[in-house]
Amino acid sequence: MDEEYDVVVLGTGLTECILSGLLSVEGKKVLHMDRNDYYGGDSASLNLTQLYRKFRPDKTPPTELGRDRDYAVDLIPKFIIASGELTRILVHTDVTRYLEFKQIAGSFVYRDGKISKVPSTEMEAVKSPLMGLFEKRRAKKFFEFLQNWKDEDPATHQGVNLDRDTMAAVYERFGLEPGTQDFIGHAMALYLDDDYKTKPARPAYERIVLYTSSMARYGKSPYIYPLYGLGELPQSFARLSAIYGGTYMLDKSIDAIVTDANGKFVGVRSGSEIVKAKQVIGDPSYFGAGKATDGGKVRVIEEGKVIRAICFLKHPIPGTDDADSAQIIIPQNQVGRRNDIYIAMVSSTHNVCSKDVYVAIVSTIVETDRPEQEIVPGLQLLGPIYDKFISVSSLYTPTSSGESDQIFITRSYDATSHFETVVDDVTNVWKRVVGKDLVLKKREVEVEA
Amino acid sequence: MSKQLQFKLVLLGESAVGKSSLVLRFVKDQFDDYRESTIGAAFLTQTVTLEDQTTVKFEIWDTAGQERYKSLAPMYYRNANCAVVVYDITQSASLEKARSWIRELQRQADPSIVIALCGNKADLSARRQVSQEEAKKYADEEGLMWGETSAKSGEGVQEIFTAIAKKLPQNAPASARASGRAGPSGRTGVDLNKQANAIPGQNEPCNC
Repeated sequence: MDEEYDVVVLGTGLTECILSGLLSVEGKKVLHMDRNDYYGGDSASLNLTQLYRKFRPDKTPPTELGRDRDYAVDLIPKFIIASGELTRILVHTDVTRYLEFKQIAGSFVYRDGKISKVPSTEMEAVKSPLMGLFEKRRAKKFFEFLQNWKDEDPATHQGVNLDRDTMAAVYERFGLEPGTQDFIGHAMALYLDDDYKTKPARPAYERIVLYTSSMARYGKSPYIYPLYGLGELPQSFARLSAIYGGTYMLDKSIDAIVTDANGKFVGVRSGSEIVKAKQVIGDPSYFGAGKATDGGKVRVIEEGKVIRAICFLKHPIPGTDDADSAQIIIPQNQVGRRNDIYIAMVSSTHNVCSKDVYVAIVSTIVETDRPEQEIVPGLQLLGPIYDKFISVSSLYTPTSSGESDQIFITRSYDATSHFETVVDDVTNVWKRVVGKDLVLKKREVEVEA
Repeated sequence: MSKQLQFKLVLLGESAVGKSSLVLRFVKDQFDDYRESTIGAAFLTQTVTLEDQTTVKFEIWDTAGQERYKSLAPMYYRNANCAVVVYDITQSASLEKARSWIRELQRQADPSIVIALCGNKADLSARRQVSQEEAKKYADEEGLMWGETSAKSGEGVQEIFTAIAKKLPQNAPASARASGRAGPSGRTGVDLNKQANAIPGQNEPCNC
């Protein structure tokens, strides 16, 4: 602790661990600390003992659930988009060598009271009950249009300007029904609400292309998932950092962020010790979590809340064809909300729980003062629930870019179903910390035969 | 017929007992007196051929310094088939640390894990603080393999790894167990590296 570091990183959530891994590879001297005795912070996967300690400190897990060590219950439900940015970082840093991935078996969407599979092949599309015969033809034209689009070839544009025309206008041009729009915008472009419709179409176009190319990768769904739970992701990036000289301290209380007279970062105090560093990066929980910190400064503010219900089931989710894993999206329009409800389900196939147990997390952005009521449409799809653990978490965002005081704060994990916004935050924080864009280099690895 | 088996081996022990040096000697037959703490490598493999021509490939995980403040991730122990727990024969405190690592292994790792207790720096026996009898007795009590090594001279290094290779279950479906994370050979899931070369985005057929 008596050394001086380039960067102190607080909290071992995925965002912080990716940053500390990349900074270590870059040659920075990194000290990474966490107040918990486990890796992962808010994005950890917990065993039963840890889960009960967090949600029901006065109870012990029922023996009926099986062995403690077989569990890795995610706190934040997210999947990895096969062709997305996180995959790119995993491959470029060669962190994949510590991990093994499985597909998520299916992606489903809720419509008119029941769920249907988002088609993953042309065959499935032809049979899908999501669209009628004529609507299927219109949708086919729409997807062909997106697929053939080339920026440099106006002949492929069919009079559409992606940067000027709204997505609503594009839907209208192809005559797509509202139900189809719900399906495309929410189950494929993965928008949480309908605001995108009134904005230029390009981002939606890019999201649909990302979805379809991810779907094409492995065939069943656009998502992959690490065996032993999402908590493996921060651990593997922490290992990357450690291999490049990063120092790790878990179970360490962080008592104060020390600044000089101008408010500029000096170090971190833990007990009576102060570790000095040039910069600090950390998750919002280390910077007041919405309340004023030392010197009366509010460093992070709440942008909203997310409710998440971790549900243990003794059966697959009805209507998913007994899938061992699934995502179900309930578009907001279908249940009269502003934000979608998501269900993410994994099981023993992914080494996250005992055999014959299924872990489903129902989540949404909180819109009322009765958040538990808001997720009922999701809970109702699950069938009998063996047990559930509910949390309502604030989404924090930093009040300052950090350039003036060298205090860089990451964002809370949002309600999206994937890690793309986490990577956005990583690249954003990287730019502020390092002063230039993040360029991923292929890591030189030493493997002896 | 010769068999090929692959196992994950994890190193444990206090900082500066010579874990990385031991691996460097085993894998590359090198030694460096002023070796800094492990940086950049920490994922090595080495193959041992047994008398019956069975080849045992070790995928060796170094702690990468995460042992210093007891911050090893559960991932480290996951699917480990064998562990080498290293102490320094000139530091009696390092044997105490080794004991605590062994308790940690018994708690975290698979119950079938093969554990070898390894007294390193045998070339410095003039400064010995840990007697062979004491260490051997403890190893016997706990059902561990035991040996002394010198990463500097090479003494005992090959022997301890070969002994581990012999002790590992030769009929185990190693590809299913150990190589869960051991590179492309035994993977059952999806291989992300494969897709890295594929053409992303627009040129792919739409699946809708």
